[in-house]
Amino acid sequence: MTEQKTEIIFNSQVASGTFLMGMRSPEIIAEAAPGQFVMIRVSPGLDPILRRPFSICGIQRDDIFLVLYRVIGKGTLALSRVTQGETLSVLGPLGRGFNLPEKGRKAILVSGGIGIAPLIFLAQKMHDMDILFLSGYRSKKEIVPVGWAGLSGIKTFISTDDGTIGHKGPITDLLETDISGSSHEIPFVFSCGPLPMLKRVAETTLEHQIPCQVSVETHMACGLGACQGCAVRTSSQVNRTYFHVCQDGPVFDSRSLDWKNL
Amino acid sequence: MNENQPDLKVRIGPLELKNPVLTASGTFGYGREFSGLFDLNLLGGIVVKGLSLKPMAGNPPPRIVETPCGMLNAIGLANIGLDLFLEEKLPWLKTLDTTVIVNIYGHSIDEYGALAAGLKGLDGIAAIEVNISCPNVEQGGMAFGTNPSVSAQVTETVVKNSDKPVIVKLSPNVTDVRAIALAVEKAGAHAVSLINTLTGMAIDIDSRKPKLANIFGGLSGPAIRPVAVYMVYQVVRSVKIPVIGGGGIMDYRDALEFLIAGARAVQIGTANFVNPEAGVEIINDLKEFCIEKGIEKIEDIIGTLCFTRD
Repeated sequence: MTEQKTEIIFNSQVASGTFLMGMRSPEIIAEAAPGQFVMIRVSPGLDPILRRPFSICGIQRDDIFLVLYRVIGKGTLALSRVTQGETLSVLGPLGRGFNLPEKGRKAILVSGGIGIAPLIFLAQKMHDMDILFLSGYRSKKEIVPVGWAGLSGIKTFISTDDGTIGHKGPITDLLETDISGSSHEIPFVFSCGPLPMLKRVAETTLEHQIPCQVSVETHMACGLGACQGCAVRTSSQVNRTYFHVCQDGPVFDSRSLDWKNL
Repeated sequence: MNENQPDLKVRIGPLELKNPVLTASGTFGYGREFSGLFDLNLLGGIVVKGLSLKPMAGNPPPRIVETPCGMLNAIGLANIGLDLFLEEKLPWLKTLDTTVIVNIYGHSIDEYGALAAGLKGLDGIAAIEVNISCPNVEQGGMAFGTNPSVSAQVTETVVKNSDKPVIVKLSPNVTDVRAIALAVEKAGAHAVSLINTLTGMAIDIDSRKPKLANIFGGLSGPAIRPVAVYMVYQVVRSVKIPVIGGGGIMDYRDALEFLIAGARAVQIGTANFVNPEAGVEIINDLKEFCIEKGIEKIEDIIGTLCFTRD
């Protein structure tokens, strides 16, 4: 883990309200595992003051890591205005990422919206495995192009809430169809996205006794385990009340979280 | 030491710090969280996360929310409790070559006493900082630190049960901070530190819910700095014991405001989240400032507020 001024190689809009940013840091790439995140100081001023956490979305060449984000508030708006050649302070990589399954096992990656970010990096690291990538969006215009990620050969299906492309309905429909259709093999499920979607993924996988890892998002101040601001409730099978997303996560076994009170 | 280097040492009553920069309780964990990023021994000292007698899980989330130039937190004083602190955290803290101050809080006056007694005689702990801003369960949840006589009782109990210098951390959520400062001074406090966070609230206008699950929280960051500087200025003029200042310090210029107002040391809080190396950068910049201004000892800056306007 390091804290360093990191050069922006590109920062461009790739879908409606969605940006892909490349930052040069061989140091961060040397350590980064899928599911880990970085804390970026999006502007040198005092408002917004706190760093923002972003999953590492992938790696390009051997020196650029990528961050995918949607503009939703002050921090991401400031970030969207940063241009090539500028530098930002980046702290990372942080947190615990995904546990990769042994080779030969089938993996189902389920994303909702911008939650595709850590799963792209995960897919990059599992390229020689049997992967089914299910990505849900609200609408066609929000679809994140992944041509840059080198994921050719991976089976990909898309759903949209409004039916403008792919299956019309939640992406969990496709997960349920696939799981019910292939009873002979127990896959691993990896998921990231909005809370209602994650909850549905957790319920579906629990019902079918399929191992599932989820990457969750919270407000976060330090990313280092110092402030304890990023608490999430644990399920009854965990011997403590809260996890801290920055240190215990952001990736969790879905059965270890209390989905009713998260 | 190079004779051209300014002397950054400061005295806080019985304590000597290698420089006036401390990390504030609750913003620096137990120190180790930051040890991979810089040499902690460069700091004047570390005030570790608030410790209670028993482990505390803390408040439900959301626990933090960003506000203009600051943040609200309602962590709920989550911590591992005295026993685990002594077993898991203190041995590592002892290996540091910097001043370690343990921040304590109780739900009752007896609990404060028990904590002070539990830390008695232990090596590696240079002083105790007493958080009196938490709710007093026996008095309907009013914060101990809002009442001068209750603040004095807490102070007296800790001093009586401790063999270490006692620093009382004052709450700004009071009518007159000087009255509390005077009361804890009289009760035997060796120093005071201020300010703790200002109570505040933020509301999500779409859901119409409070942004914090706890409804309200403590405001910190540069948004509160002018309030903190003024309270330090007031307290310095009211008590004879040393004052440690803090509240929204982001850089050395902010730190200098507190020193000029009369604080003998400063605490860096929210800045640690924004820039984990804030403390060491401030120390280096203070050194540069002294060199540039021809100041030989940082103590020569303390309390040099100038009132003339010409």
